[in-house]
Amino acid sequence: MAKFAKKKDGDLPAVSTASLPDIVFMLLFFFMTVTTMKDSSLLVENTLPNASEIKKLEKKDRVIYIYVGKPTQEYQKVFGTEPKIQLNDKFANVDEVGSYILAERAKKPQELQNVLTTALKVDKDANMGLIADIKQELRKVNALKVNYTTYEGNAFNNLQ
Amino acid sequence: MARNNEIPEVNAGSMADIAFLLLIFFLVTATIQTDMGLDRKLPSKEPAPPATFKERNVFRIVLNKNDELMVEGNLMSIKNLRSAAIAFLDNGGFDQNMEGHCSYCKGAMDPEASDNPEKAIISLNSDREATYGMYVMVQNELTAAYNELRNREAQRLFQRDYVEMEKEYFAPETPAQDKIELKERITEIRNLFPMKLSEAETKQIQ
Repeated sequence: MAKFAKKKDGDLPAVSTASLPDIVFMLLFFFMTVTTMKDSSLLVENTLPNASEIKKLEKKDRVIYIYVGKPTQEYQKVFGTEPKIQLNDKFANVDEVGSYILAERAKKPQELQNVLTTALKVDKDANMGLIADIKQELRKVNALKVNYTTYEGNAFNNLQ
Repeated sequence: MARNNEIPEVNAGSMADIAFLLLIFFLVTATIQTDMGLDRKLPSKEPAPPATFKERNVFRIVLNKNDELMVEGNLMSIKNLRSAAIAFLDNGGFDQNMEGHCSYCKGAMDPEASDNPEKAIISLNSDREATYGMYVMVQNELTAAYNELRNREAQRLFQRDYVEMEKEYFAPETPAQDKIELKERITEIRNLFPMKLSEAETKQIQ
């Protein structure tokens, strides 16, 4: 009887790879949700100070960033070594901070405009004069919530 | 029987398992990098009515251009700032019969330090040449002083840390009902030790 034909030994049945795209998509979505887009490249040195009594800066859509620090090596020839302010992708003066904040605020949805925080990412070697000037500018445009962005760590490490 | 010359296909069925394993591994280990820092609220530009306060209720900190601290007229190391601030805030200078007596304070009742935590003001004055790292350190120590006192009160009233309560309140996964209760408690603790940090304009200190 040939009813039970002997299986050809040697080749395995081909495995369906139909689910492979799903896996790849899943990975893709994972990375899409986890990573955040870096929207501006740093033109200044930005070694943040350490602090221990910190709070997380939740909800990135409510944050406006201001970077301060010495220009990086390649810009030092042009801009010198004094700490500068970086807004978006370019260097700016203190008096431009106010208009920058207003412009950024106008871009946000209406309901978020009153709850915005300004994150000051300042290099630990910058001097306080510049920060004080920035704070005065922020007060002028009524951007009163600030966050001194730091790394988590022992604050006494700042002494070195 | 004819020899089978074909190379057998490699079984790719377990590929999905491997991919899942990787996926789960990344999910577990990867932490989404969030920015962290010290929150502060700047004073409004509108001129506030001049407040009257007694000198003993003001804790003066001056940061000079060499990153040295002067606290209440004396040179002080940053390491001692936290305990000095706690001693000032927790002083409770009014005694029991006087109005405004601080019943929860455990301080020394020093007549030179604050009357009660509600009146205590910390004034921070920094030179334009002082470094930002040092400034953040001072701010950090002051926050730590407040947190320590607030934690103590929260432990007494609600048997848990203030910092922990605040963290839970700001966490997005906390249900709304819990938040209402948490908010009440946090406000209560904050009223016991309100943070009054005044930063006058930085100036060149000679």
